[in-house]
Amino acid sequence: MKAVNIMGKQIVDLAMERLQEVKDPEIPSVSVLELGMIQSVSVTERTLCVQALPTFVGCPALDFIKKNIQEALEGLSGIDEVKVEFAQHPPWTSDRISEEGREKLKEFGIAPPPVFHEGEGMWAVECPYCGSDYTTVENLFGPTACRSILYCKACKNPFEAMRPVSDLM
Amino acid sequence: MEQKITSPQEANLNRGYRDALVQLLYQLADDDFILAYRGAEWLGLAPHIEEDVAFSSINQNTMGHAAMYYSLLEELGEGDADLLAHSRKAEARRNAVLLEFVNGTGTYLEEPRFDWAFTVIRHYFYDLYKKMKLEALKQSSYEPLAQAAVNINMEQYYHVMHWRVWFEQLCRGKGEARERMAAAIGRAWDELDGLLSYGPCGKEIAEHGLVQEEVLFRKRWEAEMGKVFESVDMPFPGPCGMKSGNGRAGEHTEDLSIALETLGEVYYSDPQAAW
Repeated sequence: MKAVNIMGKQIVDLAMERLQEVKDPEIPSVSVLELGMIQSVSVTERTLCVQALPTFVGCPALDFIKKNIQEALEGLSGIDEVKVEFAQHPPWTSDRISEEGREKLKEFGIAPPPVFHEGEGMWAVECPYCGSDYTTVENLFGPTACRSILYCKACKNPFEAMRPVSDLM
Repeated sequence: MEQKITSPQEANLNRGYRDALVQLLYQLADDDFILAYRGAEWLGLAPHIEEDVAFSSINQNTMGHAAMYYSLLEELGEGDADLLAHSRKAEARRNAVLLEFVNGTGTYLEEPRFDWAFTVIRHYFYDLYKKMKLEALKQSSYEPLAQAAVNINMEQYYHVMHWRVWFEQLCRGKGEARERMAAAIGRAWDELDGLLSYGPCGKEIAEHGLVQEEVLFRKRWEAEMGKVFESVDMPFPGPCGMKSGNGRAGEHTEDLSIALETLGEVYYSDPQAAW
């Protein structure tokens, strides 16, 4: 049994490395791993199971992301089959994005989601270019379902920010 | 502590439970589906470009919520989710009549004289209702529905926030804005009872713990709406009506059949086509 587990762990580690190469179709600098979309990776017998979380309910890119994950993991040694499924639970929340993910969002010109405080309904966003928090929301909704359009009054640049998504809402 | 049902297989073991669950899911799915369509008809016609971006985002989310409910129905053996969305006739739909009304005179292609005041009222009041309903659904005895409600609710938060801005600004305005908002409130109020209705299976829906009892939900809704009217210094209109029929019982207006025909036009031109 123990030997199998060790092998399983090695496969999972390799799978994680490969998942790092699967990027968000709309934000190509950030991986699905860094976005916190991967809930679990496990090996049973010779089947690799990946459970992923959609970042929003009606995401039209889900089939595309699923296919990309599938293709990235196929052919791993010790595996005959890869199963990828999207789960509704636990809910994806924006605090699942890793530190690296947040930095890479900034590189892409998108401010990472600020922390959501229950009850206040307020959030401050720092400009991804100059770091100032002297910013205003131009539109809560942006080019994709999870982004808002903001304007930095300090460096006078428009920019996008990921909205906080929390189950406290 | 009520017993939770964790899978469609388990739900299908109890006929009464399944029937009530399916009715509730059709109401939720059809409501979101038709209102997302009405909203989408505004594309390119909204008052300004930023609104166009925001409104289409909201409609896309709302259509996504409908798709989620239809897929829950598919899991229960009701048929393919896309077909449930597109090929059911008006009398099989369970959406509230208020949500199927046209946006105004004219069509998307010809002389669209759509009514923005009515749109703001309809979307704001619907989204407030939906937020409250989702809060109740988080406690549903059907776990897949309770989990979907958690996810949908996180998006709904921003929809309510968006419409609140329009509602408050237009209602607090002077002259035409406030008058038109008051008229639109009157129109919505004539039909809102049909939105709140749990339909002919209301008792069973509550008994199976699928969602909070209708009487209690209505009390909560009234209290919440009281605050909404107070915020813009308008009188609470009193009991609401169901003038054009109960959509939860399959009663609908011609507006719905025309919308379904328009929506399905391409699909019906060749139902066998592979996409």
